[in-house]
Amino acid sequence: MKTIAGISELLRSRRASAAEIAADCIAAAKAKNPELNALVAITGDEAARAAEKADRMLSAGDAPELCGVPFILKDNISTAGIATTCASKMLENYVPFYDAAVWESLKARGAVMIGKGNMDEFAMGSTNGTSYFGPARNAVNPAYAAGGSSGGVASAVAAGLGAYGIGSDTGGSVRLPASFNGVAGLKPTYGAVSRYGLIAYASSLDQIGPIASNVSDLAVVFDAITGRDARDMTSRDAETASDKLAGGIRGMRIGIADEFFENLSGEIASALEDAARALEAAGAVRVSVKFPRLRDALPAYYVIACAEASSNLGRYDGLRYGHRAAESADLEDFVARTRSEGFGDEARRRIMLGTYVLSAGYYDAFYNKALLIRRAVRNDFRRVFETADVLLTPTAHVTAPLVGAELSPTETYLTDICTVPVNIAGVPAVSVPCGTGKNGLPIGAQLIGRHFREYEILRAALAVEAAYGGTAI
Amino acid sequence: MKYEMVIGLETHVELSTATKIFCGCTTKFAGEPNAHCCEICTGMPGSLPSLNRAVVEYAATAGLALGGDVREKSVMARKHYVYPDLPKAYQISQFDLPLVSGGGMTLSNGRRINLTRIHIEEDAGKLVHRGANVAVDYNRGGVPLIEIVTEPDFRDASEVLEYMERLQTTLRAVGVSDCRMQEGSMRCDVNLSLRIPGETAYGVRSETKNLNSFTAVADAIRTEYARQSEILGAGGTVEQETRGYDADSGETHSLRSKENSDDYRYFPEPDIVTVRLSPEEIERLRGALPELPDAKLARYVSVLQIPEADAKLLTKYRAVSEYFERAADGIAPKSAANFIITVMFAEIQTEAERENWNPAVSAANLNGLLKLTEAGTISRGTQKRVYGEMSASGKPAADFVTAEDTAQITGDELRALCEKAVAENAKSVADYKSGKEKALKAVVGAVMRETRGRADAVLAEAIILAVIA
Repeated sequence: MKTIAGISELLRSRRASAAEIAADCIAAAKAKNPELNALVAITGDEAARAAEKADRMLSAGDAPELCGVPFILKDNISTAGIATTCASKMLENYVPFYDAAVWESLKARGAVMIGKGNMDEFAMGSTNGTSYFGPARNAVNPAYAAGGSSGGVASAVAAGLGAYGIGSDTGGSVRLPASFNGVAGLKPTYGAVSRYGLIAYASSLDQIGPIASNVSDLAVVFDAITGRDARDMTSRDAETASDKLAGGIRGMRIGIADEFFENLSGEIASALEDAARALEAAGAVRVSVKFPRLRDALPAYYVIACAEASSNLGRYDGLRYGHRAAESADLEDFVARTRSEGFGDEARRRIMLGTYVLSAGYYDAFYNKALLIRRAVRNDFRRVFETADVLLTPTAHVTAPLVGAELSPTETYLTDICTVPVNIAGVPAVSVPCGTGKNGLPIGAQLIGRHFREYEILRAALAVEAAYGGTAI
Repeated sequence: MKYEMVIGLETHVELSTATKIFCGCTTKFAGEPNAHCCEICTGMPGSLPSLNRAVVEYAATAGLALGGDVREKSVMARKHYVYPDLPKAYQISQFDLPLVSGGGMTLSNGRRINLTRIHIEEDAGKLVHRGANVAVDYNRGGVPLIEIVTEPDFRDASEVLEYMERLQTTLRAVGVSDCRMQEGSMRCDVNLSLRIPGETAYGVRSETKNLNSFTAVADAIRTEYARQSEILGAGGTVEQETRGYDADSGETHSLRSKENSDDYRYFPEPDIVTVRLSPEEIERLRGALPELPDAKLARYVSVLQIPEADAKLLTKYRAVSEYFERAADGIAPKSAANFIITVMFAEIQTEAERENWNPAVSAANLNGLLKLTEAGTISRGTQKRVYGEMSASGKPAADFVTAEDTAQITGDELRALCEKAVAENAKSVADYKSGKEKALKAVVGAVMRETRGRADAVLAEAIILAVIA
């Protein structure tokens, strides 16, 4: 795996140019992608141009840390002039005419995009099984799933195709694939990173976050992309993280809530116990907390996410861009056919569910009730953070499933049980590798913190990382 | 059976902010199709709305001018429906927490029309038919609107028309909209039901949408009244439905019934944070309200002593009333009002020209001219000639008033001329004495001819009357 610090050192010592590093990454991507399917596009020309610019910035001196460093961008983040597909037939040929805020700020720092990451269609899924382009595969063992929905980004980072990646996380979509591929993933506080240009799945839950091979790199990327953007009214200035990582965790109270550990397999339970001990060894204190609303969070998440998705995805009617039905009787028929053909099963399922829960007569029973649960989940976190500084949970109850494993929709949804409460409450969380299962697949620990306290969970994650070496790839 | 009509009105008014409600695109009317667009107002994937603060302030100003309560916290909501002119498949509007609640106005017949609410929303694009094809122009998409909803308080069409006219005058006076119905910047939906006079329960209503002229509103009310009366008179029941209006026939037709009505699936817009206005901001907006048309009209009539009909003409457009007040500075308001209405309104006749009142003679220059007349420095005849020259050149009166003009014939010289005119027009004098009042004009006219307008006709008439008395 590549690290930002490592590449930055190569560049600054002039042992390699950004152009050479980009060319290596493009070559590696071309070699490995047929097996991993981690990238839906390898952006060689863009990378060459960006690397040339980065080299100029580097020789001019005073270049930002990410200058010349190769990375992977999830394919639901808009890139002007470069197709942005959301891994959907609907947007297979859609080329945005404007840049997402996060891509804009990375470009300005001289970042070099290697390719666009495969994903579940419109970020709806936990295994990458809903991608129109076929699932991204796990970098540790390609027989297994990369996880979802930012699976392509996580797999590509784990395979060293870029030093880091930018994903999006609506119910666990950064953290889950990070844990499946043995890399680190951060879901920042809702509002800490501008969503401008992120193609929406569920607007009140979506958040852009980095995936990297180590925790310090997460902090570097987070600092580069965080901050208020006038184009996203929900965005805010957050505290930077990299300058606060060295603080250590002496006296930090690590909350453990039994609810997150129910029905956990032995190997995951023991990897989490190792993580807890590592934290204690670094000076943290273990405290027992309660999280009674965990079970309710999942259905509430699916009601809210599907409601917002049904609204956000209404615009794909084939009239202005995207897939168009070849034949139709009239306008209504055209839109219906376009949408039936353009969306996969999972997107259609969630659109229908969302439309249903917002319908007159069902609104109170579903959508309003989900909002009540959302409030209750936030209260659970508030109470947790009265006695603990950080909450330690598994990232998932499972390691990566086999590609093509027949899971029912509800089984797949259960994969997200530990991650969705975080999005419902808008708090930050990081997934960091903490063990390896019998089949050699990575296990992740999740650390959840208070709003805009990314640096606290990253400090804790650093301690887990230091104690556990990592999974061999 | 003569039924009583019950009407409620929903009025959409485009706010005249420079930029659109959620992006920086211009709100200018016209322009090439889709020239005033960006990723936000065309709803491209990933784009996000940023609420234009000016829209909130304009809407709050409208609410305050109409006597409503402005909420300190209001919420934007998504209203879903599918139509090609709506690129996101939802309109960002407000639902259960609109910006303004309450307010209203008292009509000239003394009846009160209450407002339910005023909320902010975005306009949609426009379908353009090109032969067999239909294209969409999104220039209007994202233009800010307010929707002003009344209670079902109207009882006939004249009340509705008066309300609309006063709504226009008020919103123009506070500068939040030009309210041009012909350009679609003000449009109405009429909700109408009938009941037997004396009943308190409401009947089943129809909603006639998108009426973009006073004529259309009057037509829709008349034809809906006729249609519903006929149904009820025959013992039938009116169906709750949405109707369209055809400007060519002046008739309404059914668009969709209640069973097929849209379920808008409103929910709070997650991309826009709660809209907040502090009590201080609300008071600042209230303090910045100009004199409202009702108050101005009352002042013109009672303080300035201008006849009500003239006062209404002067207060209809803000630009006209501002011009009038500057032109009347330091002189009798009535003479400025008279001059504007008799002379200038005869030249500037269309509503659009009056709305954008910008005559060649500036208010300051007119004031200068009227002052010369009032002081008796020039005669009325000279005033007329000078005004013509000012109109043609845009220059002040002083540029055209000659020494000869100002040398007004007065005193003994004028008395001598009047005596001469009386002597030379014996027949007219006799006619006048026998009761033909108009005959005196001929004598005055003779004096004016003799002096080439350098006498004051009013003064001359007074002298002539004294001579023949």
